[in-house]
Amino acid sequence: MAETLLKIDNISMIFGGLRAVSNLTMHIDKGELVGLIGPNGAGKTTVFNMITGVYTPTEGEVYFDGKKSSGHKSYQVTQMGMARTFQNIRLFSELSVIDNVKIAYNMHVSYNLADAIVRDGKYVKEEHYITEKAMELLKIFHLEDFAQETAKNLPYGQQRRLEIARALATEPKLLLLDEPAAGMNPQETHELMELIRWIRERFSLSILLIEHDMSLVMGVCERIYVLEYGMKIAEGVPEEIKHNRRVIEAYLGEEVIN
Amino acid sequence: MDTFFGQLCQQLINGISLGSIYALIALGYTMIYGIIKLINFAHGDIYMLGAYLGFFATTALGLSFFPAIIFAMVGAALAGIIIERVAYRPMRNAPRIAILITAIGVSFFLEYTMILFVSPQPRTFPSIFAATVYNMGPLVMNSQQLVILISAIILMTVLTYIVNKTKAGKAMRAVSFDADAARLMGIDIDRVISTTFALGSALAAAGGVLVGVYYNSIDPLMGMMPGLKAFVAAVLGGIGIIPGAMIGGIILGVVEALVSGFISSTFRDAAAFAILILILLYKPTGLLGKNVREKV
Amino acid sequence: MDPIRKFDLKAIIACILIYAVVQGLIAVEVIGPFWELNIVLICINIILAVSLNLINGYTGQFSIGHAGFMAVGAYTGAVITVKLGLPFALGLVVATISAGLLGFLIGLPTLRLDGDYLAIATLGLGEIIRICILNIDYVGGASGLMGIPRFTNFTVAFWLMIAIIFFIKNFKNSAPGRCCLAIRENEIAADTMGINTTKYKVMAFTLGASFAGTAGCLFSHYFFLAHPATFTFMKSFDILTMVVLGGLGSMTGSICGATLLTFISAYLSDFPEWRMVIYSVTMIVLMLRRPQGLFGSEELSRKMFRLGGRQNG
Repeated sequence: MAETLLKIDNISMIFGGLRAVSNLTMHIDKGELVGLIGPNGAGKTTVFNMITGVYTPTEGEVYFDGKKSSGHKSYQVTQMGMARTFQNIRLFSELSVIDNVKIAYNMHVSYNLADAIVRDGKYVKEEHYITEKAMELLKIFHLEDFAQETAKNLPYGQQRRLEIARALATEPKLLLLDEPAAGMNPQETHELMELIRWIRERFSLSILLIEHDMSLVMGVCERIYVLEYGMKIAEGVPEEIKHNRRVIEAYLGEEVIN
Repeated sequence: MDTFFGQLCQQLINGISLGSIYALIALGYTMIYGIIKLINFAHGDIYMLGAYLGFFATTALGLSFFPAIIFAMVGAALAGIIIERVAYRPMRNAPRIAILITAIGVSFFLEYTMILFVSPQPRTFPSIFAATVYNMGPLVMNSQQLVILISAIILMTVLTYIVNKTKAGKAMRAVSFDADAARLMGIDIDRVISTTFALGSALAAAGGVLVGVYYNSIDPLMGMMPGLKAFVAAVLGGIGIIPGAMIGGIILGVVEALVSGFISSTFRDAAAFAILILILLYKPTGLLGKNVREKV
Repeated sequence: MDPIRKFDLKAIIACILIYAVVQGLIAVEVIGPFWELNIVLICINIILAVSLNLINGYTGQFSIGHAGFMAVGAYTGAVITVKLGLPFALGLVVATISAGLLGFLIGLPTLRLDGDYLAIATLGLGEIIRICILNIDYVGGASGLMGIPRFTNFTVAFWLMIAIIFFIKNFKNSAPGRCCLAIRENEIAADTMGINTTKYKVMAFTLGASFAGTAGCLFSHYFFLAHPATFTFMKSFDILTMVVLGGLGSMTGSICGATLLTFISAYLSDFPEWRMVIYSVTMIVLMLRRPQGLFGSEELSRKMFRLGGRQNG
């Protein structure tokens, strides 16, 4: 049996009187590509925020790579090896494309403030190194020609790609993608599916994907969790999910079935 | 113990009358912030302008207190509308910091233009009221304090009525809640903003005249400190919230009176800012504010 | 040679040339005492502006209490030289460190706030610092600390300014500097890039505060006194105006803004009653016409004069 990378143990999130997520348990194995789906407002992004440390779960714990990650701050969770993208793209929009990626490499820089100020050999060497690494990553995502462009000037699809590139630059073990296909046409969505699959192989990592577009998830994920009103209503391989009565109800409404 | 208690009550009286002036200025700050999210640094200078208009009305025009305060309020309201038109309206879509710098510029402009016209020397405000002193046991309250308190209460009541009951007030609340939605509902945002500036400036001017009556002295830079403190009062009560500004003003006035009565008047200003820092650290949305969280 | 270092070398040579020319003009008295004073003042103001730009422009933390840190530097420096009779160099070091330390202590709790709230908190703290100094009799209380020897001259002010400019420039182009830029751009995204945002905000604030301390020490040792009335929020606004005038986030902008405003002030000193009126109108008109400042957030460079400037160095 494969090793578990992320273990979510019975977590709930309560905002005021609202239970946005209740008693959710799920896990992701090393190298797995898992989908988290559900209709709008099902609490998918809240789950993401709890996993990545933006919110601390009101109840329950999250374990990552054998260590407890819930209760840690967002940046600490990233340092443990998780990276994410956002549903509404959050780039460093006034900075250049390459700087967006270089910022993500900061965690792996070992020179200190003094080295940077006097610009000693260590600084120059590491700066070259991360610039090269960033360029490599941009090439992979076909963004190398835009390296010096201001991020906000990129077309929408490329901004999405840049955000994924930036997340990969933190060198994560688990990549969380929050509705990466939002706002894309079918052609772009198809390319994105290929890209996601390829990223998993190339960087040998696990991916958790949020989507409400069923076709994308069915095509690419190995295992799927379905959320409705903050509760897990189904889990399994795409084939099972496709025929699960409760999932169809959640998506299409009860009348269709009856 | 009796003398301590007596002094405490005395400082409370002083504090409340000073505080109601802060509250009058703070109301304008809070309304303007609520509607265009601008810390209008020039607001304290509108208050100074009001004091000078009141001075002019009583000395040159020989008006009595009531017409003088109305004259000052109308004049300041016009000034407020003009400032908004000329300096702030063209910057509606500019970066926040640029608008803030403009506000600081307007503040300097008002202060130093005033110096140019009336010299930096302080003027003695004519005593409009016979300085009657009312003794209530060991406590002393003079007629000026009484006038300040009554005027402040009347003005705040009128404002509360305008904001809650009139059409203009409803429009103001709608714009401060969601400007875009208000525009879609057919509300003329520019007009609402003008009204807000007019109302806020008129209240500040009333505060200016009352301060002139209270301290008998006015000068062109008199608005700087009270302006800042009124902002503190607005933040204390919860910026953008009208009752908050009133409460904040009174609390600030009382704390200042207590600090200068029991510690030292040199630390009076520091006390105001210390309150500011504490409230910002522990409840940045103010006493009456609600916590909001950025959606991720 | 590495291109990064090549650029630095060229810049240093340019600085030496500028220094030689100005110092020469002062020596042959083409630049008289009035303009010499203003040139030293420009150097001090540039230090203040670039250090505030580090906080406001690069890190996006809206601070308007810079005069408070300047006051701390001015006074601690003067205590070292006047009260304790120790050398000026030590005064500068102590002024820088103590202002930085205070910046650190203040920054740690307040930088949790954002936007207007932080602005008003820093403004309040600046005033608290000033009022505290006002109540310390050891440093002269309300009448100020007098009889400070003039240890600052053009040479000291100029080279300290250059050193600080280089410090901040190199900081911006390093990993910690980029963390600050990331925080300015999008704090939540910066967080998810593994950046401890509090750490870098406090770092930028501390560095900015310490350089304001340096500037304060230079200031009090040029004008013979340290007076609490010098360091009111008016002074903080002055510095902020220089930064915004040049363009928030542009180092060369801050330098030009500080130079320009000091010159305007100097020219208008013949018309004291009109000075502040003209100054304020200039400020308003400039903001109405060009709210992003002279340079926006771009740096002044040769490329800027061609089509589409890009940042350099």
